[in-house]
Amino acid sequence: MFHLQFHKPHSMSFRVSILTILAAALVVGLACGGDSDDGGSGNPTPDPEPTANQEPEATAEVGGKLVVYSGREEELLGPLIGRFEDETGIDVSVRYGSNSGLVATIFEEGGNSPADIFFGSDPGALGAIGERLLVLPDSILDQVDAPFRSGVGRWVGVSGRARVVVYNTDVLTEADLPDSIYDFTDPAWNGRIGWAPTNGSFQAMVTAMRLIDSEDAARGWLEGIRANGATEYPKNTPIVQAVADGEIDVGFVNHYYLFRFLAEEGESFSARNYNLAGGDSGAVILVAGAGILDGADHVPAAELFLSFLLTPQSQQYFTDETFEYPLVDGIETNPLLVPLENIEVPELDLSGLSDLEGTVDLLRETGVIP
Amino acid sequence: MDAVGTPVAAGGWRRPTLPPLSLVAPSTLICAALLLPIAYVLLRTLGAGTDAWDLIYRRSVLDTLLRTVYLTAAVTVATVSLAVPIAWLTVRTDLPLRRVWAVLTVLPLVIPSYVGGLVVIAALGPKGLLQQMLEGPFGIDRMPDIYGLPGAVLVLGLLSYPYVLLSVRAALWTLDPALEEASRGLGHGVWTTFRRVTLPHLRPAIAAGGLLVALYTLSDFGAVSLLRFNSFTRVIYIQYDTAFDRTLAASSSLVLVLVALTLLVIEARARGRSQYHRTSAGAARRTRVVRLGRWRWPALAFIAGVVTLALALPVAVLTYWLVRGVQAGESLGFVWDAAASSLYVSALAAIVTLLAAMPVAILTVRHRGFASAGLERITYIGFALPGIVVALSFVYFGARYVTPLYQTLALLVLAYVVLFLPVAVGTLRASLLQINPHIEEAARSLGRSPAHVFITVVVPMLRAGLLASAAGVFLVTMKELPATLILSPLEFRTLATVTWSASSAAFFARAAAPALLLVLLSSIPVAFLTFREQR
Repeated sequence: MFHLQFHKPHSMSFRVSILTILAAALVVGLACGGDSDDGGSGNPTPDPEPTANQEPEATAEVGGKLVVYSGREEELLGPLIGRFEDETGIDVSVRYGSNSGLVATIFEEGGNSPADIFFGSDPGALGAIGERLLVLPDSILDQVDAPFRSGVGRWVGVSGRARVVVYNTDVLTEADLPDSIYDFTDPAWNGRIGWAPTNGSFQAMVTAMRLIDSEDAARGWLEGIRANGATEYPKNTPIVQAVADGEIDVGFVNHYYLFRFLAEEGESFSARNYNLAGGDSGAVILVAGAGILDGADHVPAAELFLSFLLTPQSQQYFTDETFEYPLVDGIETNPLLVPLENIEVPELDLSGLSDLEGTVDLLRETGVIP
Repeated sequence: MDAVGTPVAAGGWRRPTLPPLSLVAPSTLICAALLLPIAYVLLRTLGAGTDAWDLIYRRSVLDTLLRTVYLTAAVTVATVSLAVPIAWLTVRTDLPLRRVWAVLTVLPLVIPSYVGGLVVIAALGPKGLLQQMLEGPFGIDRMPDIYGLPGAVLVLGLLSYPYVLLSVRAALWTLDPALEEASRGLGHGVWTTFRRVTLPHLRPAIAAGGLLVALYTLSDFGAVSLLRFNSFTRVIYIQYDTAFDRTLAASSSLVLVLVALTLLVIEARARGRSQYHRTSAGAARRTRVVRLGRWRWPALAFIAGVVTLALALPVAVLTYWLVRGVQAGESLGFVWDAAASSLYVSALAAIVTLLAAMPVAILTVRHRGFASAGLERITYIGFALPGIVVALSFVYFGARYVTPLYQTLALLVLAYVVLFLPVAVGTLRASLLQINPHIEEAARSLGRSPAHVFITVVVPMLRAGLLASAAGVFLVTMKELPATLILSPLEFRTLATVTWSASSAAFFARAAAPALLLVLLSSIPVAFLTFREQR
């Protein structure tokens, strides 16, 4: 039965609830600030000590400013930026964002772009911004092997990532997995595959298939995987999660995401990486790289920054902390990773991978992307 | 005193008088800012070749558009059917813990849609937490697929119903209690009174909130991409992400503008032209509380169910990520600076947006006419466009024509105003409709200036609408991502950008901490505003 009455305010209990909320906010905030003293993002382990044969870069304070647009996340790049600032006295401002958002921003900014450096996480993004990048000095380019830098010298690779097949360890072993990425078009894999066709690294792999094998081979593969009812994900991370959950059995991803999951969930996480064999185009090595923008106001500082990213200390950081492959010689690859020399990598000049147009057309033609 | 243009009866129309310059001047400036994204989209479209049009007008893209319209309709209906009962229960009844529910039911607005998507998949996915709980006792090894339309409706509905809730609640607070009392006095029961008296008066508020939900659904990317619903905005993002083609993306956005315009026409018809304010003198008094009696338990179950799914579930999954990561030895970033920035910029956005919304709302309610109606409709366009398109339009005009302002807080806040003006205008308009213009006329006739009358007479009566608008803008700014990433000053980070950055690098514990802080800090002003509203 409904009755009418006048409402009595409960201001006391309300104040209590505000206090509770404030207290809870304080607790979470303290947890966030708990063990961080470097003012930026917390870096769990101390940076490796430079060894005897490594010369510290830029001992003299240079000063000045530098603006970096980074498609790599703050969690990965932040600690290095802090060290560069400490070593050189250069004040670095970073805009973190998605590769595509930053590329579009630079083009819309036109001649007024404040950016000195673009740091992209896949060859497609670097290729898309290529026309706006300056040709780099040989002293920087030569530090990295030819396949891992722009063919026309506009960007340099900074860290490497391997394309792998991530698989669920509860239902599969390495022995169950085929040598070639083309074998996944077999109906035996129907309904078991995850992929991320809108992801830049995936597209770079398709470009590699077009260049190494043929346009028709790549088309046939895309159609075959589609016919096998592959599940589509927006990017790599949810694929790795879905494989571990058993939502799918295998996924085509970059190698380093798995190690982030292992760091947070421990060894019981039911997914592992598998490297395809025999120089298969599905085992291509991709790079994250950087270049200097044509409107840069701080070119010397920008060149110093690129050199800094290629120092042994920085390269060691990438392999130790972000689980990537170093691109300069003489660095010890993270022991958790399969060493590059043990992967049968296909022969390919990576600068060819910046040609996205043909790949995007092919993906549209086959209906893989809308 | 001259007559203020007001319809006196349903469909009635008096010739509008010329509005004062103090309203026209700021409204014109706001209008200019609102037109920037449209100008940008048109500019890019004109620059696009004919192949761009061939790519847009393909069968598959048009199919996608139809599916998107279907999704939009489903989400809008779902949110209205959730929000109207919640609003009534938290404003009009003796529901146990009414104030707590009033705060908690608004908070899902602050959860970013990609976080909502991740969380729903983690909890309800084929192999989610629920499946793991059911596997032991019931042997269920796979949950029914939530991907596609059902999942997208679930996530978008749960995250966006507060848009309707805010405007309907404000309207309920402002509604003249005499109407309902008269109905009860005539022997009608609670239900009949609600259906025949309350609900029709809530029509403008429901329409305004529903419109926001529909436009939000049109422009969402995070949830639909994770839940694999191929919406039109996802197609636009794919054009940026895969082809780096900003021309094609902008041209496609023009299609969204056209869909939005259609929705605006539908809403204008749905809201009707009736008069919603009291015409004769009445005494201001407290609204009576409806005693729920035995109905309190189903009501409690309903509201607790919504809060569980829309708020407790995300918070639980985020807490789980946080605890799991910390146990595994993850370090958490330092986020106090991001928390302070979030609060500061969101409060700033709420105040500036409210100031901008007032002249627009007054013009459209008190000076009805073609121009004012057009202005009010334009405010909604920014909300229908994907955030990245609005942000890039500000990059284009900002970097070229107001270089000193580019990458400053001022331009970022202006972008927030363009994006979120409708959140404030809709609620304000619905509340203003319930105030009789004769009260203002009476005050004017006593020799007060229009501005003085507005501040001393209208603002106090509008309080519920003002607070609801401020709360809405504050919450959506707290979670805003694409414009913040692109337009913020260098080195400026918010809880939303920190959460996004960490989660896209698969640092789940580090993403969970700022996301939880986002919810907690947002709840303070919402709690404060709810408290004010209910006094």
